[in-house]
Amino acid sequence: MKRLCQIICGASVLGLSACTRGNQDVLNSAGIQAQRIEHLWWIILGVTSVVFVLVLAFLGRAVSRNQNAELLHQKPGPASESADSGLKTGVIAAVALTVVTLFVLLIIAISTGRAMASLQSKTPVTIQVTGHQWWWEVQYPDPVSSNIVTTANEIHIPVGTPIVLNSTSQDVIHSFWAPNIQGKRDLIPGWTTAIWFQAYHEGVFRGQCAEFCGHQHAHMAFLLIAESQDKFQAWLQHQRESAANPATAEAQRGQQVFLSATCVMCHTIRGTDAGSRNGPDLTHIASRGTLAAATIPNTPGYLAGWIADSQHIKPGNHMPPNSLASDDQQALVAYLESLQ
Amino acid sequence: MRNFLGLVAISLLALGGCERERRDFVQPPAMSTAAQSISVSELHPAGLSAPPPAANIYSESAYAVNEGKRLYTWYNCGGCHFHGGGGIGPPLMDQDWIYGSDPQNIFATIVEGRPNGMPSFSGKIPEFQVWQIVAYVRSMSGQLPKDVAPSRSDHMMVTQPESSTPTEHPAKEHPADLKPEHSQ
Repeated sequence: MKRLCQIICGASVLGLSACTRGNQDVLNSAGIQAQRIEHLWWIILGVTSVVFVLVLAFLGRAVSRNQNAELLHQKPGPASESADSGLKTGVIAAVALTVVTLFVLLIIAISTGRAMASLQSKTPVTIQVTGHQWWWEVQYPDPVSSNIVTTANEIHIPVGTPIVLNSTSQDVIHSFWAPNIQGKRDLIPGWTTAIWFQAYHEGVFRGQCAEFCGHQHAHMAFLLIAESQDKFQAWLQHQRESAANPATAEAQRGQQVFLSATCVMCHTIRGTDAGSRNGPDLTHIASRGTLAAATIPNTPGYLAGWIADSQHIKPGNHMPPNSLASDDQQALVAYLESLQ
Repeated sequence: MRNFLGLVAISLLALGGCERERRDFVQPPAMSTAAQSISVSELHPAGLSAPPPAANIYSESAYAVNEGKRLYTWYNCGGCHFHGGGGIGPPLMDQDWIYGSDPQNIFATIVEGRPNGMPSFSGKIPEFQVWQIVAYVRSMSGQLPKDVAPSRSDHMMVTQPESSTPTEHPAKEHPADLKPEHSQ
């Protein structure tokens, strides 16, 4: 008995710890749709809890009554007929209550679905997201091609403005899911799907691929950064710029390493000759908080480790190991860390 | 009992298939020996014969050949060679090889580049990836076992899959007998 108590206490503590409000949390909504989903979740939890308690109460009563009935079973009396009619009423009442509850839940679910689909705007912020094994390409389209912003694994959005996210995939099916903001949306190769959302307060939220997409599915995350309109516009303006020219001698050497080594075969740095689109755009890599699809922090040490042998950090990813001379590697890291 | 033995035998046979899907994400050290065995001419100093051709460890791995196929697209080989039928560059799915059809010759062609357009990818593509591309290029003319060559494509197919490409039989060619249409 004592042991059982310990287990139950342990489980409750674990459950409580899950209640702390996180940045990847359905129950900590920061978007209009996520709020609807959260409300629906609480309603369904409440209703099913009441049903659960009622069922257990009736079950307990039935079990205790049955023990008494067993003694009486030997000699059936005239009382059984009235018990039968009582049972009938009880069953009818229970079925009716169940049907009514289900219909109420159905109506709430439909209204939630409608409310989630009702977000519309003539002037939304449009974002194009492309899923890759195993990272997210994020693009802010613009009629002027030099104003197109391409980044990776980090989606900046203005608070209080409807966002339409057009998503597709480069290779296999992925799924876009930032639980604090909106539900899931699958990314299908060769097909563009749109998802609308709107954040109502600032914050950094974590999203995750929600459709198994291969070896490193678990390490395919992104950060969704909701910020004020001014901050967002400043960020967008900065991202439009080409990469800064290397200022120090070390960074200049790093740029030469970048352009003469394998890096240039897959990555873009706008303002240099590097223009391949196979890997993430590195034009402003130092402005991003994480590397490798929110797998490791963006610090010089992690970046150097990632360049040297990313296969030990995220096995199976498409970046090959690079055995550069150590001073070349330091120069390369210094250059990349200067790309604010 | 006989059925059981048969089952065991079939399972053991099936185990052989595991090897072709093996994935080594951490690559072996560079296979630099291959570069020394490249043979571009049949002329050799007296008493010496041509060195034995280097084996490509990737030519028996379906995963590596598939990686080669991905890299063929990523590194824009198709920009000149198209899907193997050739266009700006020579075709890769026929039996004619200007600079030799052995794996180490194709390796040298990619790494060193060739006159009239083929750029050198030396230092630009890691050596193990070059070997993966070599394996894939050879699958285009049916030089690999059918179970290793790719049998499907991630995109709409414009050619038949590499696994059902008829096997070509390239002659031992070298720069000495360049065909006129290629030597201009």
